[in-house]
Amino acid sequence: METLRVLVVDDEPGMLTGVSRSLANFKFRLPDVNGDIGFTVETAATGEQAIERLAADPPDILLLDHKLPGLSGLEVLERLVTPERGMLTVMITAYASLEAAVTAIKRGAYDFLAKPFTPDELRNTVRKAAGSLILARQARQLAREKRQLRFQFISVVAHELKAPLGAIEGYLHILKDHSAGDDPAAYQHMIERSLIRSQHMRKLILDLLDLTRIESGQRRRDLVDCDLREAAQAAIETALPEAQPRGLVVELHAPPALRLTADRSELEIIMNNLVSNAVKYNRDGGRVDVTLEDAPDQVTIRVVDTGIGLTEEECGRLFGDFVRIKNDKTRNILGSGLGLAIVKKLAQLYGGDATVASQPDVGSTFTVTLSRTPPPAEPAVPEAPGHDA
Amino acid sequence: MSKEKIVVLVDDDEDALEQLGLVLKSAGYGVRTATSREEAEELLLSVHPDLAILDLMMEHMDSGIVLCHTLKKLYPGLPVILLTAVTSATGLDLKPASAEAQSWLMADAMLDKPARPEEIRSTVARLLNEPAEVVPDHAH
Repeated sequence: METLRVLVVDDEPGMLTGVSRSLANFKFRLPDVNGDIGFTVETAATGEQAIERLAADPPDILLLDHKLPGLSGLEVLERLVTPERGMLTVMITAYASLEAAVTAIKRGAYDFLAKPFTPDELRNTVRKAAGSLILARQARQLAREKRQLRFQFISVVAHELKAPLGAIEGYLHILKDHSAGDDPAAYQHMIERSLIRSQHMRKLILDLLDLTRIESGQRRRDLVDCDLREAAQAAIETALPEAQPRGLVVELHAPPALRLTADRSELEIIMNNLVSNAVKYNRDGGRVDVTLEDAPDQVTIRVVDTGIGLTEEECGRLFGDFVRIKNDKTRNILGSGLGLAIVKKLAQLYGGDATVASQPDVGSTFTVTLSRTPPPAEPAVPEAPGHDA
Repeated sequence: MSKEKIVVLVDDDEDALEQLGLVLKSAGYGVRTATSREEAEELLLSVHPDLAILDLMMEHMDSGIVLCHTLKKLYPGLPVILLTAVTSATGLDLKPASAEAQSWLMADAMLDKPARPEEIRSTVARLLNEPAEVVPDHAH
């Protein structure tokens, strides 16, 4: 239960007790907010008192009488320089004094309430103000969290880019200083390692660009009639140069054609990530089985490997950004840690999902579903500015 | 020359490991390497090093710190250098600012990654109480 503090400022004692009584047991619910929202009422009899209270400990909602002895309600309103913590002011005006109400709104009041009002009218106005206040606070909180997430993401990107760069620089220094002895093979090895690390860096940057485009919603999506079988076949062909020397068999089990409306490059990203992972994390002489299933409402892509597998804990975090399962078995496998995060985000874009079932040292099954009627390409609610990470 | 001093290096980046190893070998140290906390713990059962250099972030954020604690328990007094790339990347400053922080981290020195070869050699020499001349191509 969330309790909001209401400060009533009025010189009529009857009004103060009336408001207190009307709000004392008043509770309501908001969608997306857990628990009831209730109120505690504090009172002040003059504008001067109100100013003091506001400076010391501002309430959530200020019910401010327009006509006060001494400092008027409008003058109090004027002195509220910043709406601290998003405090909302409701001006209480005399009936038929529309002009005062308009002035109050112009000076930053959220709403007005014309005297005389019934307890229900008061509660409705307070409910509206409270709802707006809580939603605004939630929006600010979300924006803060988003900024925080974005900062973390950028930090990890920086870290992930620094590691290969550091390795390459280290080798360059050794080559420059000729500090590894006289065996040319040692230097040849360093050049090869540098090339592998720079290739890794390139892959990371490309994955980052994919991810950024998907998340920003700025990627132009070209939804056309595609054949998923074609995308799967292309992904398998791309993976063959790595699979064949290791004695891996990669097989496709699919209907002759599997058509759906999708962005072709997005299907390619999904298929390539799944198939190349199944090859990369497989054992020599293992198998990769790619199965495509057609159903009226969705298509299912299933990629089964006979690889190193994952523990339950690893499965749980596998689809996060920059998650790379680091152990003896994966150490020499290059990856950006973004591939599966991208696959999951794309699947969700199609109203589907990406999941994994696995057993260590036996293999993994990755399942991606894509809805045949994907939700609209653009998010219905425009994102807050700055969401581009 | 006295008995060869053994330095254990632990880093999950095999290139960093190779480069660091080269720096120390050329300075006349014996080098043993491990690429994970588990591998290091196994290695330390058979090898009693004179010094250890650990990467802070390996398979987990805190692998280096945990390993450092294990090492200090196993071989009290063993000098340990923690290598870290997190300082500049995440804004987290893990450098022991106070004596209390230092005692909590248990590392004898922290170096930013990538560390310069001279920096590594001079830190190792200092922690092993060796004169700087041990280092053949040391600049000073």
